[in-house]
Amino acid sequence: MKIFVCVKRVPDTEARIKIGADGRSIDPAGIKFIISPYDEYALEAALRLKEAQGEGEVTVVSVGDAAAAEQLRSALAMGADAAVLLKGAPTTDGLATAKALAAELASSGADLILCGMRAVDDDQQQVGPMLAELLDLPCVTAVTEFQVEGGKVVCHREVEGGVEVVEAPLPAVVTTTKGAHEPRYPSLKGIMAAKKKPLTEKEAQLGASRIEILSLEPPPERPAGRIVGEGPAAVPELVRLLHEEARVL
Amino acid sequence: MAKFTGIDYYEIDSLLSDEERMIRDTVRAWVDDNLLPIIQEAYIERRFPKELIPQMAELGIFGANLPEEYGCAGLNNVAYGLIMQELERGDSGIRSFASVQGALCMYPIYAFGSDEQKRRYLPAMAAGEVIGCFGLTEPDYGSNPGGMITTARKDGDGWVLNGAKMWITNGSMADIAIIWAKTGSLDDPSSIRGFIVPTDTPGFEARDQKGKLSLLASDTSELSLQDVRVGADAILPGSAGLKSPLMCLTQARYGIAWGAVGAAMACFDEALRYARERVMFDEPIGAKQIQQVRLADMLTGITQAQLLVLRLGRLKDEGRLRPQQVSLAKRANVDMACNVAREARRLLGANGILVEYAAMRHMANLESVYTYEGTHDVHSLILGQDLTGISAF
Repeated sequence: MKIFVCVKRVPDTEARIKIGADGRSIDPAGIKFIISPYDEYALEAALRLKEAQGEGEVTVVSVGDAAAAEQLRSALAMGADAAVLLKGAPTTDGLATAKALAAELASSGADLILCGMRAVDDDQQQVGPMLAELLDLPCVTAVTEFQVEGGKVVCHREVEGGVEVVEAPLPAVVTTTKGAHEPRYPSLKGIMAAKKKPLTEKEAQLGASRIEILSLEPPPERPAGRIVGEGPAAVPELVRLLHEEARVL
Repeated sequence: MAKFTGIDYYEIDSLLSDEERMIRDTVRAWVDDNLLPIIQEAYIERRFPKELIPQMAELGIFGANLPEEYGCAGLNNVAYGLIMQELERGDSGIRSFASVQGALCMYPIYAFGSDEQKRRYLPAMAAGEVIGCFGLTEPDYGSNPGGMITTARKDGDGWVLNGAKMWITNGSMADIAIIWAKTGSLDDPSSIRGFIVPTDTPGFEARDQKGKLSLLASDTSELSLQDVRVGADAILPGSAGLKSPLMCLTQARYGIAWGAVGAAMACFDEALRYARERVMFDEPIGAKQIQQVRLADMLTGITQAQLLVLRLGRLKDEGRLRPQQVSLAKRANVDMACNVAREARRLLGANGILVEYAAMRHMANLESVYTYEGTHDVHSLILGQDLTGISAF
């Protein structure tokens, strides 16, 4: 079974983001970059599927600049078999990214294509469904877990108040969210072995980006807290404020 | 608590390879996610967190610088050192466990063992299925291991061991003990040999060391061997004299020199955060000159120590390392870490005595680290002898 996992290089969720001098991008200096956590769920699911089936091949694909090779190496260290870097300037236009991925994956013979449900940097949630559309494949989004059996993928989706079970014929595109399994750590042996695994670099067929970021602004500073009073006497007022002002009760 | 992002005032990261950084970051993340959340409780309960052993094995931490053919990760010594650094950033007891398993038990089997012993033990020890302890020190022979009175006497095909060992990390939980004993007369250190002794052998007993005020999250035991009978295949055939256990100590001391940097980093990181946040006299205490001096001294010590071990690691990887250089690094870095931990504890004021903060735990641990694997003073004498050619032991 040929499984492809699309991954994106994003700033660490713990990083302190500074806006660049142009006011439209972030300043990458001193920031640690990671595989977007939702893409890691996808990779973990792919590796588990391969392990459960006892055969298959997991290939990770990323659209990004040369630095994204670092995240592909991490994915190889976690256990992916091969990696493809589609080199091009990262774009916020999900369709441009999806087209680049589709050009690579159209003739790949993929049985299953996994994407994170969303990237934690620009949070557009576009690439997975657009990729499926471009490849004319069924798409199931926001999946917590799935099984592959008899040429089909059976997916669990968390919907309001319950679980929806969805089935699609393979090949298909599945986008993942946090499920039962935390992504594994790369083993130390895996890190050493990653060097010897193939990482292919190609020019991305990105096309023009039709979406442009005009400006980025940090969130407003949180206002200072307020002390309502002390002891049991303050409780009614606190409850009133939580109910009427904060509207959390 | 915010994630630890490293202390790197001199861009030392740029001197590391991609793999070395990735290995360090992996162990760093594991320590943050799995060790730090449980270490306070384990420490207070005086319990080594055994539940971490399978995870550490799966990562490939045990004997990580030994070859892949024995199930190990085959890392270079800088990567191995970075692992020790990150483990000790968590707790000296956890790093000690890994040092004993890898440098003191797997290493002698690798260096002095037969092919059969290597095949039998190393993969199982890398997998954490067989735990080892290292029996060299005795109640009356610590800094002077050559004076040991534990004996191994030929008995038919096998050997009979008698004696006692003290301050043995992992002693009570170990499956095998590497026991060093004299096969000849008691005044002949050249007759010292190593033996792999299964701890369920009749006559072998391990007792927990009571009353420790340091390394509380570590198993420290006393071993007694009374007519312990082992087969001919128990002896490490390549071991020859006191030099053999000392070679093991060089491996472990190398890791300790790195580990001390990690403990110091943890204390410095905590102290710096605290200095920024703790308000006294209407401003953060970090605005006070006395705390700024403390922080500057800590950072200086850590940066010097980082450069020292990195160079030491490169020398080891090039096969040019001398044991005396390891002595210098163990001595300097552990001393530095002791000072950083103590100053961090003081900067934290009354909070610094609580287990919720790491400084006093590290401070107490590091007193053991200062004392074991060659005390600070013994390393002074090793360097003195190297410089003058005169032994002052």
